[in-house]
Order: sequence, then C-alpha cells, then structure tokens
Amino acid sequence: MSDLRALDPPGLAVDVTVLRGEFVVTAAFEVLAGRPLALVGPNGAGKTTVLNALAGHVEAERGSIQLGRRELVGLAPEERRVGVVFQDFLLFPHLSVIDNVAYGIRMHGARRSVARVAALPWLERFELGTLAARYPHELSGGQAQRVALARALAAEPDVLLLDEPMAALDVEIRDEVRSQLAGHLRDFAGPTVIVTHSAADVTALAADVLVLERGTVTQRGAWDGLMAAPATPYVARLVQRRDE
Amino acid sequence: MIAWLAIALLVLPLLGILLSAPWPQLPGLLLAPETLQALGLSLGTGAISTLLCLILGVPLAVIMARSVAWSVLPRRLLRAAVTIPLVLPPVVGGLALLLLLGRSGILGRYLAQLGITLPFTTGAVVIAQTFVAMPFLVFAVEGALRGADRRVELAAASLGASPFRVFRTVTIPLVAPGIAAGAVLCFARALGEFGATITFAGSYPGITRTLPIASYLASQTNLNQSIALALVLLAVSVVVLLSLRDRWLPGVRG
Repeated sequence: MSDLRALDPPGLAVDVTVLRGEFVVTAAFEVLAGRPLALVGPNGAGKTTVLNALAGHVEAERGSIQLGRRELVGLAPEERRVGVVFQDFLLFPHLSVIDNVAYGIRMHGARRSVARVAALPWLERFELGTLAARYPHELSGGQAQRVALARALAAEPDVLLLDEPMAALDVEIRDEVRSQLAGHLRDFAGPTVIVTHSAADVTALAADVLVLERGTVTQRGAWDGLMAAPATPYVARLVQRRDE
Repeated sequence: MIAWLAIALLVLPLLGILLSAPWPQLPGLLLAPETLQALGLSLGTGAISTLLCLILGVPLAVIMARSVAWSVLPRRLLRAAVTIPLVLPPVVGGLALLLLLGRSGILGRYLAQLGITLPFTTGAVVIAQTFVAMPFLVFAVEGALRGADRRVELAAASLGASPFRVFRTVTIPLVAPGIAAGAVLCFARALGEFGATITFAGSYPGITRTLPIASYLASQTNLNQSIALALVLLAVSVVVLLSLRDRWLPGVRG
C-alpha cells in the first residue's frame, strides 16, 4: 500500500465497512490509475453502496478510503474530488447542456461566464458542441450519458466512478456508446471504478474485476483469471454470458 | 347531481354579486378615495406578507420535507404547528396575536419598553396576514420538494457544491414552480384576510382598513359601496387564480 501512495497520479486504496440497515457491506481493494476496476455482482450485492461510500453519499461505518496520502473518509462529498456518473445520469433538469458541464467549474470558484468558456473544450471533446443550448429532456440516452461524463470530468476529479453506465441506454446503441466510453476512460488519468453486472462492460471498460456477493468480496483479478477459475456459481454464469 | 349542487353553492353567490352590482354607479364607487385607499393598503400589505411568507416559509418547507426521516411524534407536532392557522378561526388567531404582541402581551410588553407597539398598525396587518397565509406557502413548497428527484442534489455535491450552493443552485430552481404556486395562494389568502386583521389590527382608514374590512363596514351602511369593494376583491382573486397554472400545482408537473 505504501507504493500506491507514492504513485502519480495517486492510486485508491479502499478498506471499508458500510451499513445499509441490517445489511453489511465489506470491501477492501486497490485501484491503480489507468487500470479501471469493474465492481460486479448480482443485484443487491452492495455494489452501489460501495460506490456511494467512495463518493461520500453514505458514510462508511469504519475503515479508510485513501487517495494517495489523502484520507477521504470523514470528508463531505464536495470536498472529495470524486466524480460520479450516475446510472440515470441525474443531469440538472433546469440547466442547459453547457451549464450542466460548467457546473463543477463554477462550484470550484469560476464565474458563470468564465465557467461556460472553460466548458467549451469538454463539449467539443464529447461531441456536444451543437447541443450546448439544449436541456436534458431534449437529449437522447447516449447524448445524456456524454453530458454526464463531460460534467463529471470538467470538475477535474481525482477519481471517477460510474454506476451502471449502460443501464439507461437502449440495447441497440450500447456497443457503440461503450466503445466511445472506453476511449474517454483511457484519457482519464485517475483511478476509475465502474459498477456493472454486464460482462460486456467489464471486458470493454475495465482492466481488473472485483466480485461482490451479499456484501463481501468473493473473487478479484483480471477477467481471464475469472474465466479460467470462477470462484462462485455467479462468476461462472457471468463469464459465460459475455455477449449479453 | 350532488356535484352540480356543490358547484352551484360555490358559483351562485358570486353570480349574485355580479347580478346585484350597481353597474352605472360603479366607476364612481371604485374611484372613491376610500376604495383606492383600501385597495392600495391591501395590495401593499398582501405583497409584504407574501414576501415574509417566502423568506420564512421556504426554509420551513425544507425542514418539513426532511422530517420524513424523524420519529412520529416530532413530525406530527411540526405538521400540526404549521396547520394551526388553517384550522383556527382567524378571529382566534388575531386574539392570540394580540395576547402575545399587544401592549401588555407576553412579548408585547418588552417590545413596548423598546418603544415598539404593533397592535392597530399596518405592521399588525402584515403579521396577521403572514400568520394565516404561511401554511399555503409551506405546503405548496413541501409538496414540490417531495415530488422532485432530490438525488440531483447528490450530483451537485459531488461536483464540489457546498450544501448552501446546492440549495441555491439546484434545490430552489427544482421547486420554483411550487414556490410560485405557494406565493400566489399566499397572496390570495392574505388579500382576503379579515378576522385576524380586525382583531389584531382594527380598522383605521388608510392604516389597517383593508379591502375586506372596508367592504364589510360598507355593507352595514351603503350596500352599493360594499358590493363595489367586493367586486374589486373578486376581480383580484380571479386574476390570481388565472395566474395559477396547472403546472404550478404539486403533482401536475408539465
């Protein structure tokens, strides 16, 4: 773990226990910059709970979340510099595309007009230039996802979290959007965690896999390792359905 | 059939006002100094009361919306406190305000020592109106807050927004339609306020004699004058109602 702290950009070292009512979720893992981690598991396994703990939307009962030398447990969400792309994107319905993307820049101290100018390169990068004046309800699912990703990255987070990034999209466009997303994730320098239950997401977007079942980690490693020796019936089913 | 009876009960009295209105003398009655004075006072105090309800009521609505996480008793007490002005006869409300803020009242005696007297002033009109109108604003905003997807506030926090900036840049715009609806209802209620006002503020021309009070007093002596004042109140109410679009009401979001 000590070498992780010295890395630049820093890696993420997580060892937390989170309570959701009676349900206990425990997870310990490390995420290196440039090696996105897929957090997989059946519904209700606690994947999103772990993600929420990283983002600070739920408080970890105990443990630590270290980003380099910085401890995130105890910090408010707005102090963490952890970007989140939510499953249903949660764009601001009252703001245009450019103001959604500029929001994080504004919150870090820029005036609205300055933030808009600073958002322009992000709009270009995510092919949103022509949609700048549109509102979220006027966007397709694929466009909304690009806005959500641009909005998260424009705030220059140290860590990027994606919660089921494909779930809200139509099946026909998923392959194309997924390959674009893989490109954007390669451009992001910091540690990335992707919650998914899709084998296609894992192989396209992630370098490492962490399997969470009923609140505990049941297997970890690269996808090939999971394929070669699935530790649980769930993992065995997952690796066989990679075309899904 | 019964529903028609209900509609008749709601609408026929208003029709009665229109039918018995002294139309030929109306311009003269409406432009009479005492009418204009009462109208000006009503619109002015109503606007200030609505503003006060917004300043005080929006934070209260936020707490009400969050109180779902509380235990049952404090939640119900809070709800009951906010509902009091709706179920309390306004005269009782006025009397209660007088006992609290009157010159020898529980708080009023200390205010008097500071040289502040509230009863029977325009300020008292505003306080009485704010008291009766507050629940309309609080319930409208609370409904909007419950209807909105509050998770976008988490998104804002993760983008670096402090709780106050989340409230200002996300929460308030999200519930703006509810705030607008609440303000309109609030203004309408303040404009029609009679019982609490006459008890706590009295009926001094130009100071506390609002339109409803002027209309009531005229009905004792000059029915035509009273009807003319009532028509003004009716007209303002219709304008207020028309400005209250469906999309502003909680649950009917466009």
